Amino acid sequence: MQLGKNDDNERFIDENLRRVYEETVEEGIPDKFKDLLKKLKEQEESSGQPATGKSE
Amino acid sequence: MSRSDPRDELVEHLPAMRAFAISLTRNSAIADDMVQDTVVKAWTNIDKFEVGTNMRAWLFTILRNTYYSSRRKANREVADVDGVFTESLAEKPAHDGHMQMTDFRKALNELAVEQREALLLVGASGFSYEEAAEMCGVAVGTIKSRTNRARAKIAELMGLRDDESLEMTDDATMSVISSSKVSSF
Repeated sequence: MQLGKNDDNERFIDENLRRVYEETVEEGIPDKFKDLLKKLKEQEESSGQPATGKSE
Repeated sequence: MSRSDPRDELVEHLPAMRAFAISLTRNSAIADDMVQDTVVKAWTNIDKFEVGTNMRAWLFTILRNTYYSSRRKANREVADVDGVFTESLAEKPAHDGHMQMTDFRKALNELAVEQREALLLVGASGFSYEEAAEMCGVAVGTIKSRTNRARAKIAELMGLRDDESLEMTDDATMSVISSSKVSSF
């Protein structure tokens, strides 16, 4: 009996949690992040040196 | 030369990283700075990423390390792994029979960060207990107990009790949720 109610609470909490999280995910990301990735890529290309530390 | 670069995948994980960062910091400006730091670290340390493993888990690990090391530096928050401090501060909320989404967010934000983090990783981000444990560098049992404490705490803060039925219907929940915008997840 008690277990059943706890399961309900758990489901309620997890559903809300996922909604809160999904809402934030769906907000997307500020443009500055795409700019940052672009800049990192350009820097690497202009230095001609892969930053991975791996040899070809 | 143009073999696939795992870094091309980074961009797909940014929204989830940001959501995770906001849940840790409860502040979107600080979260964005943290995500930015994480992106740079991931970019320059991509050779440490094992291709074929879960990139999101790897990125979340860098992100939380970034968070905890800056928090240690700032040393502004009391470490509260077991939620003892939060527990003593918590007051019993007035229970009016209606769960509000804002109450849920509030309850979530009142959790000790370790509990909120565990709950989020397992309950919302779709990681297993084992993955979450590895990411947090703790035992699986620790993640389980943090998650359980987190759920119990939210239930307590929201006045959800074992002997009471939930009075809010799914429709009502939905309308409350869709009317509130996330700023302090």
